[in-house]
Amino acid sequence: MHTLTAKFQLSPNVTRLDVEARRIAEIRQPGQFVIVRRGIGAERIPLTIADADPAAGTIALVIQAVGKSTRELVALAAGEAILDISGPLGHPSEMISSGRALCVGGGVGTAVVHPIAQGLHQRGVEVISIIGGRSREWVIFEEELRRLGQVVVCTDDGSYGRKGFVTDATREVLEAGGVDIVYAVGPVPMMRAVANLTRPFGVRTIVSLNPVMVDGTGMCGGCRVDIGGQTKFACVDGPEFDGHLVDFDLLAERLGTYREFEQQANTPCDAGTCRVGLTHPTPTPIPQS
Amino acid sequence: MNEAKLPLKERMKIDRQLMPEQDATQRSGNFLEVNLGFTEKIALLEAQRCIQCKEPKCVQGCPVMVNIPRFLEFIVEGNLPAAARSLFGDNALPAITGRVCPQETQCEVQCVRGVKGKPVAIGCLERFVADWARANSDVVKIEPRGATGKKVAIVGGGPAGLTAAGELVKCGHEVTVYEALHKPGGVLVYGIPEFRLPKLIVEEEVERLVQAGVKIENNVVVGRTYTLPELRAQFDAVFIANGAGLPVFMNVPGENLKGVYSANEYLTRVNLMEAYALDSDTPILRARRVAVVGGGNVAMDAVRTAKRLGAERAMLVYRRSRAEMPARVEEVHHADAEGVEFENLVAPLEVIGNANKWVTGLKCQRMELGEPDASGRRSPKPIPGSEFVLDCDAVVVAIGTRANPLLTATCPELKLNRWGNIEADDAGMTSIPGIFAGGDIVRGAATVILAMGDGKRSAQAIDAYLMQ
Repeated sequence: MHTLTAKFQLSPNVTRLDVEARRIAEIRQPGQFVIVRRGIGAERIPLTIADADPAAGTIALVIQAVGKSTRELVALAAGEAILDISGPLGHPSEMISSGRALCVGGGVGTAVVHPIAQGLHQRGVEVISIIGGRSREWVIFEEELRRLGQVVVCTDDGSYGRKGFVTDATREVLEAGGVDIVYAVGPVPMMRAVANLTRPFGVRTIVSLNPVMVDGTGMCGGCRVDIGGQTKFACVDGPEFDGHLVDFDLLAERLGTYREFEQQANTPCDAGTCRVGLTHPTPTPIPQS
Repeated sequence: MNEAKLPLKERMKIDRQLMPEQDATQRSGNFLEVNLGFTEKIALLEAQRCIQCKEPKCVQGCPVMVNIPRFLEFIVEGNLPAAARSLFGDNALPAITGRVCPQETQCEVQCVRGVKGKPVAIGCLERFVADWARANSDVVKIEPRGATGKKVAIVGGGPAGLTAAGELVKCGHEVTVYEALHKPGGVLVYGIPEFRLPKLIVEEEVERLVQAGVKIENNVVVGRTYTLPELRAQFDAVFIANGAGLPVFMNVPGENLKGVYSANEYLTRVNLMEAYALDSDTPILRARRVAVVGGGNVAMDAVRTAKRLGAERAMLVYRRSRAEMPARVEEVHHADAEGVEFENLVAPLEVIGNANKWVTGLKCQRMELGEPDASGRRSPKPIPGSEFVLDCDAVVVAIGTRANPLLTATCPELKLNRWGNIEADDAGMTSIPGIFAGGDIVRGAATVILAMGDGKRSAQAIDAYLMQ
């Protein structure tokens, strides 16, 4: 049993749960995840470890409530418990030890980018974070990321930070030069857009994939993804991969396997607004002051 | 004393008793156990078919060397407590092996009654005694000897791990089983379906171990939560029995389409995650036409599961003929009776999908049998121009598994063979003193009983190692 020690509402549909998991808190590394089963009869779902407090023996799980399982998780109150947490799973993030890294987070993906930025910062890497949300209230982990370096906030409506998408700001930083590596985590269209952006610049780009998973130990193969024409299991070969090699179309399709089982079937990107704006005309970038 | 005990001559006249089964039409629509078990009357009759050979060959055929004639004679004498104690003394999990062992290639194939006629139904009788003992659990309670103060870690709560745990706790050692999933049992809970092995039986067996003092820690992925060297430092010995984890795919185009499952995933969703229940939180595709690729027990479990999930057509695609199928004869027979369609001498070439990336068919090729290969089975050869498409909405790939490198990668000193399986001697000793291994992680995908045999032998070797 893993007791919830704290619960925070980060955005209208993103919740942070701090949960007791001492061993995992002590040894987790950036990029790793856990498999969580709320209680008897519940689904096993993979969640990235967004942060950890080894002294308190807790890990932070940041959850976007999109289906039954995630809604039931975020409905838990502090003091209540999660039955099963297994991990830490997956390979730790590939890290550089000097230079400049660009961390791009979209929506709940910002919480996944956070431990990577933490790890980079600890190694003495200069971290620039670009994070986005539909409007001010959807921006998460800004404060935590500001402790690790420069942060550019983008909102679709311009209600906070600069108006526009994270990809616009990413392009500008890439054009300015000096970026050694890019980490991008968010909805599939956003990761694809960032990978497409960085490709001509020849900058190594790491994305974190979150396909359908059951056991998280390589046993089921449900999480298979296509990386440069080769089938890989995200749970044991990933979850992070070279963004320039990922077949994002396949990933997006496979993520839809159980769509009809999901309760909010028609709201894949938050509430139907695609923040990357692939089908929208690209707004004029407004440089952040 | 049983008054119905017959002289030898009379014993020879008894025909093999049939296992009572749930009606095929009825059972193909539910997940309840197919075999209903012998009644005491049938068991008594069947046990008398054993002629008590002086040198029983059946025992040689058993990977855990159960003294079969002894427990059968106790049945004949009507002394079920003695039969149970005898059986459980040799085999830690008889309620399980009595249901899932391929008896026809192990004990029963050796039975002299099979020379002229049918062998004694040893598996059915094993199950009968085990089930009697389940209802009378005090008879076969594990009673550990005095505590030795030695600690043993077991990696994996499947058949090999649980068997070793039982043997080691009996010896007075302190045993901790680390299970990666949220429930112990391994393939017994995630792989083998309820209709063949009710999960309650596995739970009872685990409970018996816990009562005897075995500690079970779920959700511990050794290789991640703890490394092997960390465990070795904390325990006096380690037994690795983490199974053959990684599913093998066919390596044909279209294999990542929606609706293509590994048998591991398909069965795990249905069994461990209970997706067969309509109110389960874990989804499973209830496809109209399911093609299962493979010819082993896992393929049989998957295709029979598909039928029970409501498939109109549950098809088994196998590249050799029925005679070469590695599955238990009983499973093939049951699948047949339940309406599974056998597409034998057929090999898949490609999974076909629609614009939305959903499976619509399996492109196949007909095969014919050629010369025997290294395994002694006639190897299939493609018939040119015989390609055709089998229409289906889901494909389940059940062609085997490979060693999972998750654990072994954390311990480079551990010697592996070229397939990534751990190298171990007959007693399960690996290249590192104090670390033993058994089951599928050593053998590659094999059977429950072979894994249990490894667990038993390794436990004896570990006990000797600890007490030297």
